[in-house]
Amino acid sequence: MTEEIILQVQDLKTYFHTDEGIVKAVDGVTFDLHKGETLGIVGESGSGKSVTNLSIINMIPNPPGKIAGGQVMYAGKDLVKLTINELRSIRGNKISMIFQDPMTSLNPYLRISTQMIETIVLHQKLDKKTAKAKAIDMLKLAGIPAPEKRIDQYPHQFSGGMRQRVMIAMGLSCNPEILIADEPTSALDVTIQAQILDLIKDLTARLGTAVILITHSLGVVAGMCDTICVMYAGRIVERGPTTEIFDKPKHPYTQGLIKSVPRLDKTSGDRLYSIRGQPPNVIDLPDCCPFYPRCDKAMDVCKRKYPLSKDVGNGHAVSCWLYTEAK
Amino acid sequence: MMKFIIRRLLSLIPTMFIIITLSFFLIHIAPGGPFSGEKKLPPHVLANILKKYHMDEPLGAQYLRYLNDVILHFDLGPSYRYEDQSVNGLISATMPRSIFLGFVSLLLSVALGGAAGIISALRQNKWQDYLSMSVAVIGISVPLFVIGPVIQLIFAMQLHWLPVTGWINSRAGWVTLIMPAVTLAFPYFAYIARLSRGSVLEVLRSDYIRTARAKGLKESVVIGKHVLKGAMLPVVSYLGPAFAGIITGSIVVETVFQIPGVGRIFVQSALNRDYTLIMGDIITYSAVLVFANFLVDVIYGFLDPRIAYK
Ligand SMILES: Nc1ncnc2c1ncn2[C@@H]1O[C@H](COP(=O)(O)OP(=O)(O)OP(=O)(O)O)[C@@H](O)[C@H]1O
Ligand SMILES: [Mg+2]
Repeated sequence: MTEEIILQVQDLKTYFHTDEGIVKAVDGVTFDLHKGETLGIVGESGSGKSVTNLSIINMIPNPPGKIAGGQVMYAGKDLVKLTINELRSIRGNKISMIFQDPMTSLNPYLRISTQMIETIVLHQKLDKKTAKAKAIDMLKLAGIPAPEKRIDQYPHQFSGGMRQRVMIAMGLSCNPEILIADEPTSALDVTIQAQILDLIKDLTARLGTAVILITHSLGVVAGMCDTICVMYAGRIVERGPTTEIFDKPKHPYTQGLIKSVPRLDKTSGDRLYSIRGQPPNVIDLPDCCPFYPRCDKAMDVCKRKYPLSKDVGNGHAVSCWLYTEAK
Repeated sequence: MMKFIIRRLLSLIPTMFIIITLSFFLIHIAPGGPFSGEKKLPPHVLANILKKYHMDEPLGAQYLRYLNDVILHFDLGPSYRYEDQSVNGLISATMPRSIFLGFVSLLLSVALGGAAGIISALRQNKWQDYLSMSVAVIGISVPLFVIGPVIQLIFAMQLHWLPVTGWINSRAGWVTLIMPAVTLAFPYFAYIARLSRGSVLEVLRSDYIRTARAKGLKESVVIGKHVLKGAMLPVVSYLGPAFAGIITGSIVVETVFQIPGVGRIFVQSALNRDYTLIMGDIITYSAVLVFANFLVDVIYGFLDPRIAYK
């Protein structure tokens, strides 16, 4: 990780216009990604993690979704404003994405070779033969045994873990600057999860790729990420270096998340901590702190206004009235 | 793959055997017979006729004799009503016309229905979608015996563009094919349009299409290479039932358009209790259908790599 910022997300807002009202799935998300950095986005289901990342490569299904505001600065350009052709030259090339469910993310009717080669030919302007050799190399790097044979098989001939390896190989085949991994291991067995995470870590370190890793699990980000963003109801409520977040969590929500991670050093009789209440409904959310109904330290001001992000030092910022002077 | 094809082909034999057996007995159980017409025959004449066609023997013996003729000699016997004509002759004179009409209609419905469905899905909730789906609703809800006469009325009687009835072998020639084929294809066009629209929409929402787009592929490649193959599978599996429907539908269309196909003979033979001719029709129809379904299975297997041929 260096100081050079390669992706700047600023006040990004993505809304879905549904029959029930406007779903503010992402409502003012701001973060920077540095070259080679691994950034974790943690949050409950529905907090807007996937929508944030689909918005980055401008792949929000429209209708019903629309990027309502903000910027995504990459290589001096605002991705939100690019034409579809400019975007296509970035997708899969400079910024790749891998998804949660490897069982459904590959086209079941096309050979692995077809699916990998088309990406390489498209972005690297190689001929098919060279592209295939490159694809085989990538599969080998991703830990697929006998890749020169396996490459001509179809996805159903691979296990879930193997398919995720294929997705990773495909995602990294054009040497992207950024790999966005949206819960890459949630659909896999626990034993395989660790292998896939290690693979992502190793390969991206080797290739110098920055990673945005989306996950539910603090355990996953702890071992992988340089930086953590905690999302709640479409906003990043706390952000900072991994050690800072784990040692000195500021936001009551982050504190709750950390407390609810099962730990081996605790006496087994203790009940596992869980944050009370339900995640909020993000339809027509008023301008309050969305966490206040579940917060033990809620104050009057929390119901009235959303707190601005406050820098608490060491690159650690939090959006909570406990740390901000109410005006 | 070859093994699968052979195994599947062999399984057609028992299917045909069951069809022959069931229809043989069902037809003979049904009241009436080929010679119990309006005009009562004198008893000794009747006895003679029955003897000539071996109908005085026990049913079991008749069945065995029939099986022997059909299976070993491909001989469907003489027609009881069309004197001096064999069932083989009657069917081979008429069946090709019906099959040709059915085949053209099937092609028409797949090509146009598939295209309409794909366009509707890609232009969901735009005028193209509304237009083709409205036409499809008509096709599904209006029966053939209404569609046929209506287009006859418009295109033949009013506009005089096409001959009202007739077949390719008549003086008018190939244009006679247009109206019957369109009529027969219409309901299947409609169904295939809706089917393919639905499946294209479903595939468009799938994860692997999101992957394809995230790779930066052109939308035309996403559709042409990644969407269509998966989306056309339901259409392919519908081809079997569609062909069955088209073949039976052609009975109506042949009547409406006065086409000398097997459909009309079929209806006549059923009314006349012309046992051998009914059986011959059923057997040839079934053979065509069973074989069509076999073809569909093979095509499906080629398209979907997940089908294992074990
Ligand atoms: N196509 C859509 N139409 C309407 N609402 C949507 C759509 N996609 C996402 N949303 C809404 O946006 C919000 C955020 O969804 P998102 O998928 O980003 O959550 P997430 O944090 O990734 O959750 P998970 O951990 O379950 O993947 C949810 O409330 C969801 O209902
Ligand atoms: Mg998600």
